Amino acid sequence: MTPVRPKFELKPGKATREAFGKALAELGRENPDVVVCDADLSKSTFTALFAKEFPERFFSCGIAEANMVSIGAGLASAGKTAFVSSFSAFVLNKGFEQLRVTVAYPRVNLKIVGTHSGISIGEDGPSQMSVEDLSLACSLAGFVVLSPADEVATEALVRAAAAYDGPVFLRCGRVKAPLIYSPGETFSIGGSRELIGGSEITIAATGLLVAEAIRAAETLEAEGVSARVLDLYSIKPLDQEAIVRAARETGAIVVAEEHLVDSGLGVRVAQAVARTHPCVMEFVGIQDTYAESGTPEELLDKYGLVARDVAAACRRALTRKRGAGLQ
Amino acid sequence: MIGAAKSGHPGGSLSAVEILVTLFFDFMRHDPANPAWPDRDRFILSKGHAAPVLYAVLAEAGYTPKPALMSLRKLGSPYQGHPDKRFIPALEASTGSLGVGLSVGLGLALAARLNHRPWRTYVVLGDGEIQEGQIWEAAMFGAFHKVDNLVAIVDYNKIQLDGFVSDIMEIAPVAAKWSAFGWHTIELDGHDLSALRAAFAEAEATKGRPTVIVAHTIKGKGVSFMENNPKFHGTAPTPAEVQAALQELQA
Repeated sequence: MTPVRPKFELKPGKATREAFGKALAELGRENPDVVVCDADLSKSTFTALFAKEFPERFFSCGIAEANMVSIGAGLASAGKTAFVSSFSAFVLNKGFEQLRVTVAYPRVNLKIVGTHSGISIGEDGPSQMSVEDLSLACSLAGFVVLSPADEVATEALVRAAAAYDGPVFLRCGRVKAPLIYSPGETFSIGGSRELIGGSEITIAATGLLVAEAIRAAETLEAEGVSARVLDLYSIKPLDQEAIVRAARETGAIVVAEEHLVDSGLGVRVAQAVARTHPCVMEFVGIQDTYAESGTPEELLDKYGLVARDVAAACRRALTRKRGAGLQ
Repeated sequence: MIGAAKSGHPGGSLSAVEILVTLFFDFMRHDPANPAWPDRDRFILSKGHAAPVLYAVLAEAGYTPKPALMSLRKLGSPYQGHPDKRFIPALEASTGSLGVGLSVGLGLALAARLNHRPWRTYVVLGDGEIQEGQIWEAAMFGAFHKVDNLVAIVDYNKIQLDGFVSDIMEIAPVAAKWSAFGWHTIELDGHDLSALRAAFAEAEATKGRPTVIVAHTIKGKGVSFMENNPKFHGTAPTPAEVQAALQELQA
């Protein structure tokens, strides 16, 4: 049996929401034009770190997400580097109309950071779980949508969002995310990262599922399958070039995300593949349902979002690929 | 304008004429030759369907071309169905979906305060518009954060699309509601130029809280057959009605 040679040692890491809060406070020290709005969740979104240091530049909006989004739009329109933050479920669903007419349509330079995304928030249950945020954010014309996998990527992408002139949604999670990257690695809007090289199949993942993809690739390697792992942290725009190359070079792609499977990253990758280099595809995500209370680990397991599920999807894809004579 | 477009909102445009004229030609600090002047006062027409009155004022002030006014609502016109800052860069916000403009204005006003700049923000709201919940989120925010460099003006013309406001969703008592939310409240006749001017000056002198001017107006003001007639909330006049209206307005 081929010895397992993991390219990445997954280390314990911080939650991406905490990395966001830390990066935001750093930005605040560097740029006096950075302002932040939050809707009574600053201790959870970690914008409290910024609020503590820069109370005059932090605006508590109360539990009023719609107003918060438009307040942010006004601040940004007047030249501020404005961030608004809440749970993804609230800022996108309650603020969607405001995101559309006061941010996307006039193309206002506002940064929206949604934390507690996906079902891994755990015990709080489905009312707080955002399983459609990538879909909603991507549907806003002109929006950039980012979904970092670990703390290093989050800090870099918070900076990339602040430096970019235009609306950005950044998706963060509640639970500690395995550390994948080393400090100083670069991330750019429209980019992606190849974490493991492979030739027979590509796992294109985002957020927490990147770590699961790495674990799945190791399992597959032990089975003699060479799987490539791509971190698609830029959901919109997508790294079309990396996706086309994956389709052409590996002939099979599995997309894995902690999001409704019918409206997230998978459909965007499928569109890119369909119009360039069609290949076998499988999709790992939340089926057409809402989850429930439980520990994050229990939920990810029950709803099919762990390495086991990613590896199984890869085996299905490989079977189809071989059956179709596409090897 | 609206007659040529064959669609639009004449009633709520006519009710707000004196409010906009006082702001643009008497009270606000702005420079049509330098629309991006950083210290200009900001204006947002939150009741975006009254775009025709805003376009007439912007053209008269010199921000936008007058002859093109008759292209209202036509493909490629700067005079879009509702104000669109992609087409008129001098606009501070694109509006049309009701309820959002006050929040945007509060964000602008906060930026002025953070930058220690003297410019002020004016937001015109419809009376039907304040049925939107976001208005009251914004009202709470404005008072809590003491945004005293912003003035909201409610064009209280008593009529909305489906009929009289009091029949669709009663909003009275309007001034008492804003007062209860912590705003400095002024009630006046929205067609009285000197009262409007005095109110804007009073607002500027009011510190520690935002000001709302509840302007009692007449929908369709100045055109007898449009006045207080819900039909002309969102219906364009016929060519004959246009002639009759212009004769009355020019008389």
